[in-house]
Amino acid sequence: MWEYTDKLREHFFNPRNVGEIENPDGLGDVGSLACGDALRLTFKLDENGRIKDARFKTFGCASAIATSSVLTEMMKGKTLEEAEKITNKDIADYLGGLPEQKMHCSVMGREALEAAIENYRTGGQKKHELEGKVVCTCFGVTEEEIERIVAENNLTTTEQVTNYCKAGGGCGGCLGEIEKIIENVQGQQAHKKPTPTHTRPKKLTNLQKINLIQQTINEQIRPALRAHGGNIELIDVESDKVIVAFREMCAQCHLAEFTMKEVVESKLREFVSEGIVVEEEEQSARQPHKHRE
Amino acid sequence: MNKTVYFDNNATTKVAPEVLAAIEPYFCELYGNPSSMHTFGGQVGHNIRDARQQTADLLGCEPEEIVFTGCGTESDNAAIKGAIAAQPNKRKIITSRVEHPAVLQVCRDLEAEGYTLAEIGVDSQGSLDIDQLEEELDESVALVTIMHANNETGVVFPIEQIAEMVTSRGIIFHTDAVQTAGKIPLDMKESSIDLLSISGHKLHAPKGVGALYIRKGTRIKPFIVGGHQEANRRAGTENVPGIIGMGKACELAKDNIEDENTRVKDLRDRLEQQVVAKCSNCWVNSKEAPRLPNTSNISFEYIEGEAILLMLDQLGICASSGSACTSGSLEPSHVLRAMGVPFTAAHGSIRFSLSRYNTAEEIDYLAEHIPAVIEKLRELSPFAKK
Repeated sequence: MWEYTDKLREHFFNPRNVGEIENPDGLGDVGSLACGDALRLTFKLDENGRIKDARFKTFGCASAIATSSVLTEMMKGKTLEEAEKITNKDIADYLGGLPEQKMHCSVMGREALEAAIENYRTGGQKKHELEGKVVCTCFGVTEEEIERIVAENNLTTTEQVTNYCKAGGGCGGCLGEIEKIIENVQGQQAHKKPTPTHTRPKKLTNLQKINLIQQTINEQIRPALRAHGGNIELIDVESDKVIVAFREMCAQCHLAEFTMKEVVESKLREFVSEGIVVEEEEQSARQPHKHRE
Repeated sequence: MNKTVYFDNNATTKVAPEVLAAIEPYFCELYGNPSSMHTFGGQVGHNIRDARQQTADLLGCEPEEIVFTGCGTESDNAAIKGAIAAQPNKRKIITSRVEHPAVLQVCRDLEAEGYTLAEIGVDSQGSLDIDQLEEELDESVALVTIMHANNETGVVFPIEQIAEMVTSRGIIFHTDAVQTAGKIPLDMKESSIDLLSISGHKLHAPKGVGALYIRKGTRIKPFIVGGHQEANRRAGTENVPGIIGMGKACELAKDNIEDENTRVKDLRDRLEQQVVAKCSNCWVNSKEAPRLPNTSNISFEYIEGEAILLMLDQLGICASSGSACTSGSLEPSHVLRAMGVPFTAAHGSIRFSLSRYNTAEEIDYLAEHIPAVIEKLRELSPFAKK
């Protein structure tokens, strides 16, 4: 059971400002059903440009609902310039803290607020959009967003990044990339730590090499394939030639060839040895496999 | 109603008062070590023998085929790793996509060590793809491990048909029967199952005890070594109170199995009928499949499971959810996803699991209060239709 503060529980059981303003000045929609939480935030300004009313509708757990509720309370009476200074940390602090794994709820609140303000400034034209390169495809989180969350909350581990914005919490295929982002951001900040960069081993016995190939498949390749219902198996290693077989959904996927070169081979080259060539096992090469829809 | 209404019996159960009474003397009076040479310890060994007989009677097997363990998870680990280790030349394992992590994670770890793993899928009702299983069976398979009934949906797999298909090819078959022991009659004498796991605390014994049935002649390497206990198959001084409790609970389970399939099943059906009638946009998952008599998994569209649980908790009602938020992970239940339950409903799934201690009044109390909870959360949700 989660350790929720009394204040959070109170806002969950008695949420303030539930609903949707008709003809709002600003509207922000973030999250989705698939992600497990979503928030629609609307606000109206008074004649002095201050937020007169703010309303929310939230799909999500207790902390998602409570953070939305306090966000509307915090916004009211502020000018847009003041409101846009509210950070996810402010929202969490207002509730007396959130469990670490629930910090993404406060980030969702801040994102909705920004989206609603942007929507107002573009005259209702602009809805929230992803900008820049998507790092986490499971939850649709961009590089820019991760950089910002890392910097604002001074995060140092991938686990924290997952707690704050979900990135890396699905198949785990992007954790390496998130690690690099953390290194970049933290490197730019004052307390610079020597960044451990990944190095390929210089010399390997045959047994060590096969183990490293297996390990790379387990840690770097399989999670991403499994997220799409596929799988891969190591069949044989002959010098630099690595023979694999695709299983399950991958076995009937027309993108498997692309996956082979772009994912399997490039990862093995990166982690094991430059000269690796990957081939698909011939006899089992993608026999049509009966699958249910 | 100020008391706790407990609908989470697939998570754990209340210790039966008869079980508690049976255990009680083993803490301060009969505390001897059954391995000791003196009568004081030795007498405890006799009582363990009785408990082994009671457990064997529930499963319809010989007492020598029962090994007591620390929990259901240990039984699963011991069965899978032990069977694999005894056949070093066979490198393939078959399981299902909807197993409990106590099986699935063990299999995936073995896959990471280089074993070939095939995970059999299920259809939208949660029933196993038997054809796919048959296709995967070949001479390289060391072990097939498929659960008897699913802990989240209650779907019961045709375990005898599967066991026959697997063992007739000379392959070892293990099943996780943690959810079925005491709810579905088991008779190992008439069965082809080689290995079967059960857990004490799912059938009104205390936590900290489980058992593994090992068919006579099944080759299995011990998982915990360093002592002669359990005929050298599971080292470590016996958890005497736990084992005595397990025996008593198995005896009671055998007597109550009919009650589980009549009265408890009627309560479950009453719960489903009332909840579905009183709440909109909800349905029972796996309703068309054969199910455990005590389990109901209901999806409420457009709202999230943890929020529902917290509001039920406020009313003293205990249940569980397959939503992402309750598990601390970010994705909803692997079982519901394997069945293809849409995200609109997977995040809002609630499992109610009953026991023989539940009453009709408790069902009516739930049915009376849950519509307001669902309604309130729907009002908050941006997706709910007006």
